[in-house]
Parts: sequence; C-alpha cells; structure tokens
Amino acid sequence: MAQALTHSDPHLGDRPRPAKNYLNATTGVWSWMSTVDHKRIGVMYLVAVTSAFFVGGMFALLVRLTLLTPSHKLFGKVLIDADTYNRVFTLHGAIMVFLFIIPSVPGSLANFVLPLMLGAKDVAFPRLNLASFYLWCGGATLAVASMIFGAVDTGWTFYTPYSTTTQNAVGLMTMAVFTLGFSSIFTGLNFIATTHKLRAPGMGWFDMPLFVWGTYATAIIQVLATPVLGITMVLLALERTFNIGIFDPKIGGDPVLFQHFFWFYSHPAVYIMIVPGMAIISEIIPTFSRKTIFGYKAIAYSSVALALLGFLVWGHHMFVAGQSELATVVFSALTFLVAIPSGVKLFNWLATMYKGNISLETPMLYGISFILLFAIGGLTGIFLGALSTDVHLTDTYFVVAHFHYVMMGGTVIAFIGGVHYWWPKITGRMYNEKWGRIACALVFIGFNMTFLTQFFLGSKGMPRRYYNYLDQYQPLHAFSTFGSWVLGMGLFITAAYLLASLRKPMDAPDNPWGGTTMEWLTSSPPIEHNFEEQPVLEHEPYDYRPKVKKHA
Amino acid sequence: MSTSTVDVHPDPHGPGDEHGHDGHGHDDSHHQHHFTTMEQQFDTSKIGMWLFLATEVLLFGGLFVGFGLMQARFPGEFKEAHEHLQRPLGALNTVVLLISSWTMVMGVLSARTNQRKKLVIFLLLTILCACIFLGVKYFEYSHKYEEGLLPGHYYKHVGDKIHDASGHPSPGYATFFSFYFMMTGLHGIHILVGIILLAWIAVRGNRGEFNSSYYTPVDLVGLYWHLVDLIWIYLFPLYYLIT
Repeated sequence: MAQALTHSDPHLGDRPRPAKNYLNATTGVWSWMSTVDHKRIGVMYLVAVTSAFFVGGMFALLVRLTLLTPSHKLFGKVLIDADTYNRVFTLHGAIMVFLFIIPSVPGSLANFVLPLMLGAKDVAFPRLNLASFYLWCGGATLAVASMIFGAVDTGWTFYTPYSTTTQNAVGLMTMAVFTLGFSSIFTGLNFIATTHKLRAPGMGWFDMPLFVWGTYATAIIQVLATPVLGITMVLLALERTFNIGIFDPKIGGDPVLFQHFFWFYSHPAVYIMIVPGMAIISEIIPTFSRKTIFGYKAIAYSSVALALLGFLVWGHHMFVAGQSELATVVFSALTFLVAIPSGVKLFNWLATMYKGNISLETPMLYGISFILLFAIGGLTGIFLGALSTDVHLTDTYFVVAHFHYVMMGGTVIAFIGGVHYWWPKITGRMYNEKWGRIACALVFIGFNMTFLTQFFLGSKGMPRRYYNYLDQYQPLHAFSTFGSWVLGMGLFITAAYLLASLRKPMDAPDNPWGGTTMEWLTSSPPIEHNFEEQPVLEHEPYDYRPKVKKHA
Repeated sequence: MSTSTVDVHPDPHGPGDEHGHDGHGHDDSHHQHHFTTMEQQFDTSKIGMWLFLATEVLLFGGLFVGFGLMQARFPGEFKEAHEHLQRPLGALNTVVLLISSWTMVMGVLSARTNQRKKLVIFLLLTILCACIFLGVKYFEYSHKYEEGLLPGHYYKHVGDKIHDASGHPSPGYATFFSFYFMMTGLHGIHILVGIILLAWIAVRGNRGEFNSSYYTPVDLVGLYWHLVDLIWIYLFPLYYLIT
C-alpha cells in the first residue's frame, strides 16, 4: 500500500514503534476526561461529531423516506405527520450545522494534526481546548433537551417572527447554539495563537502546510463572526421572554433585522464549514500526486480571501426578504467575487495533478470526488448569486441541492477523506483499502443520486421544507430517496471497516502515504509529546523532488 | 466569559507544581511544557487575550447596531426616554471607571517592578471603584424600577408624549429601556466578572506569586478591565447624552 518514497527521509519507515504512545501513556476514563493533550481531545471530538453526524443522518433518511410518496404512506400507514416532519427537518439541519459540520474538521482533525504539522507539542492553550470540548458537550445536551421538551420546528435558521411566537422549545435550542458558539470561538482562538507562536524553528508563514493556512483562515471567522450569532441568540431568547421589541413587528421591531444578524454570522459560518474541507484537499492532492503543490501562495491567500469575503455577502440570503434594491445589487456583485478564490483553489489542485504521479487510494478518491462535487456546488452558487435566477429559485430544492453539494459534497467528503488520510496517524492502523474504495464509490454515486435530482426538482418549482407535494414531482422525489439509501449504505460500510481496523494490532507505518509535512515525521500513533526531539523545517512543504544523497 | 480569561492564564500543570511558597524561582514553575521560553508563553497568552477581547467587542457590537437601528426608527421616543436617566450618576460612574483604569495600570506596573504591597493596594482600589460603580448602578436601576421604566412588556411608565396611530403610547419607549437594560446589564455582568478576577489576582499577588519575570495574569486581567471600561465610555454618551 505504501508507495516508495520519492521524498526519502532517513527517519521514515524503519524505526521501531515506541511502546508508549498518546493512547496508552495513561489509562482510565478519567485520564481521557481530564486530558489536555490536543490529540486525545481531537479523538474525543472525532467520536462526538461523528455521533452527531449519525443522528443527523438518521433524521435525513427519515425526511427522505417521508417524501418517497406524496401520501407519505409506507405499507399503508402515514409515516410521520406534517408537524413531526417540520421538527425532523429542523433537527436534521440544526444538528448537522451546529453539532457536526462547524466543529467537525476544526475540532477533530485540525485539533489532532495542526500542532503536529507545526512541529509543536500542543496547542497554545491546552485547557481552553478541553473547555471547548466540554462546551460542545453542554451544547449537545441542551440540543437533546430541546428535542425532549417539544422540539423545534422553525428550521435551523430560527427566522422571526415565527420563532418568537411559537410555543416550541426554541429557547433551549438557542441556548444550545449559543453554547456551541463559544466552543467554536475557543477552538478558533486557540488555533490562531498556536499558528502565530508555536511554529517549528525555521518555519515561516509560507512554509506552513496549506492545511494550517486553511485552519487559520477558518479560525479568524470563528473568532470574529460567532459572537454575533451569540448575541443574536440572546436577543431572540429575550424577545421570547420579555418582548424587548427588536424583532417583533407588533411592537415596532424588525423581523428582517433578525435575518441580517443571523446571516452576518451564518454566511461566514458557511466558510467555517468549507474552508477546512478545502484545506484537507490541499494536503491530499499533492501527497497522492507526488508533486509539489501548484500555486502555494495563491491557495494560501485564497483561504484568507474567502474568510474576509465571507463577511461581505450575507445579504445574498435575503434577496427576496425586503432588502433595498441597491443593497441587493451590491450583495450580488460581492457574491460573484467569492467565485474567484474558490476557482483559484480548484484550478491549482487540477494543475497540481497535471502530469503528477497519481495514485488512487481512498483519500485521493475522496479528494477527486470533492473537486467534482464542489465544482457543481460552487457553480450553482453563482446561479443563486445572480438576482434574476435567484428570485425564481429562492426557497426551492435548487437551494437545498446547492448547499448540500457544498456542505456534504464539499465539507463532509473532505472530512471523510481527511479521516482516511490521517487514520493511520491517529489510530496506528491501516483500514481495508478495498472496502474503502467501494464505500467511496457508493457515497459518490448515492450522493449524486440524492442531490443532483434535487436541482431538477427545484428548477421545476418544488419548494423546500414542504411536507406535501404535487404528484408530478414523485418520480424525482423517489429517485432522490433511493439515492439516500445508497449514500447511507456507503457511509455505513465506511464506519464498519474503520471500526473493524481498530481490532487488529497496530500496523501503520509512520508515513504510509509519503507525505512531506511534519505530522509524518513522528511515530504512528504519535508519542504523548508528539516528537522525540523538536523537528526543524528542512525543506518546503510538498517538496517531492528526489533528494540528492550527499554521501554518494 | 471568565473561563477564557482563566484559561489563557498559564497555570502550572505538569512538572514543578509547587508554587507560591518560596517567593522565588517562578520562571520554571509557571512554564508550560509546550513553550520553549517564558517570553513565548507570555506573548501567546497576550494574543489569546486580545482575540478574546475582539469577540467581546463583536458581542457588544450586535447590541450597538441594534440600538442604532432602533434609535433611527424611534428618534423622538429615544430622546424623550433618555431624559429619565440620571445624567450626573452616569457621569459619576464614568469618572469612577476612568480612575479604576488608572489604578489598574498602576497595579500592572507594580507587578512588573516587584512591588508586591503596591500591587495589592492598587488591585483593591480597582475593586473598590468597581463596587462603587455597581452601587451607583443599583440606585439607578431601582429608580427605573419604581418608575416602571422596564424592558419590553414590563414597561409600565405613564405620561409618555408620543403615541402610535391607535392612540397607545409608542412602543419605542419600551424598546429604549430594553436596550438600556440589556447593554448596561451585560456590561454590569462584565464588571462582576472583573471583580472576581481582580480579587483572584489580588490574593495571588498577596502570596507573592507575581514578579518582573512572571506577571501574565495581572497583565491579562488588566487588558480585560480596560475593555470593560472602554465599553462604558461608549455606553455613557450613547444613552445619557442623546441630543
């Protein structure tokens, strides 16, 4: 499986596995719960966010199953009624966005890998890191509590005035989102400080792996956007309890103001979700193409550009919400700008692959899937950024399909690819490559069956979030539902063979893929303090040129 | 919110847990294993604190924006409502907080120059100013309570001049006091947290834990305190000096 290393480093591969690593250095549940080791926190986050992904995924399958027929009947019985349906899609959205995608890559993979990539022993503030994880747990508990006490049926966006007047457990859910926001802030704050101060000797800003650049850009958004969501949720909760009069039009408030506040966070949050995905792809593509990344600086800057542009385009969620015409035009124009850094990344990945020595192992298959799916998701985003088409497509399945292509086809695919890429490093074990490829194919096919269909549904006028639909949409809805089963099967197989790999003894080499970044310099799994000795930067990242041996 | 402040402060964990007993040799006991030098550790803590302060500014920023929009919607109501605020008390509080900023600066300076006694005195003075601030705020709040000048649907004040189309008093008055209580309340919570933090570093300072080579917690709490003061510097004209 492991390719011959074109980048040959005398340390790699032929070192005995150390007896003590971060997994067995201390034992017992308490040693995990009280750990400040970024690797253990990363693993706990990985377990937590994938559990949330499982729950959110189950709700998604339930939504699709309900929409299989316009009568919502399965074996002669109505599966779920309209009110339950509203709760189910709200929970799907809220869990996937706040409990899974936003913390997924930063909390789990970046937590584990970022300090290793920088050659550091830990993140800057290890205890804050643990606090972030426990805040996530607190937020998850509140979210579960809201499900028990009446659930929420507002959609994950909590739009006023419905959310301020409904009797549902909106209060608990907003508290959950507030808490999860602070978890996200603390993670981001930690990564910024770590990147600034804990780089290995000799590592300048443009020697950092692109995953670090992406995570850094993400962290900026996490720190600067999330507080606004926090205060928005507080205002929503106060409006519900005190009628403070900010969002309620009956007492002089402005419900559209809520949308402004909400999207001022939630649009940048889209980049909190996608930029780490892009960051993973920027690692996978050069490693499996055996080629120096094309346009390193362009990719690095484009991550930061996305982070900054993300703050200027929130109004494109509100083209039909009663914004002034001028604002609408300006937001539309700014939205088109987002295509530039996204395109820069795509073309640079393709240029990296061009004439590379490509090996199609599972992480690379996910990498290529990402490029294809993100291209579709990104380009349909331009349709929606264009005013005239958006007016037609607003609140249809076209929008649903678009953001699933970006969020699931983009971030989740990259996340799964990243989990495969770093699985040997995290667990010390290789997974079954054959099953990995089969599952990736199923995920790719199932995903496209599910969501490509929804572009057609949307352009034909099927509105999103509706329980009832006209008979004419049934074939497409059914096809989409069948796709969701294929997708679910692929994900199930993935979970199965990854977990199965944990049962066998550790067999992963230190550098199974021939990566050039610093996390591959340490053992698999890493020792408790990451490195035997402080690594020093000796070559550029992604330097795959064959090294000339000096002792010739 | 205090979590962050507490957490960014480097506390000994791992080797060398004994601290604060011998009065010297703190360099090693506060040094965390993942930093190469104490200087690097100090700089990192400062970056963390500044980032945290940025989140605070944005947290309040949402409220400032909301206030601005509502003021544009109800200019007359906001002008009239602000006359119920006691301007001299607001001005007094502004002065008190400005003084507390000075005592805080002197506290940090004392820590840097190994003046343990002065450090504790200046920290106690800062706490005193914070308590005066909250005391004044208590009188202001109880006055509002008695007059029925309360947020949202608790607003019970009678005799407002501006009415809406149906003859009811305009909702703008209640909105003004919603924002007044939200913003000064959130600020007051920050003052309370500040008092706890100041007391905590005063106790540690009294034990002699800070010196010229290690005073990170004092410095960070100082940064936090200045931000809390700064927010009041904006709140005062925003609410008390509407023209």
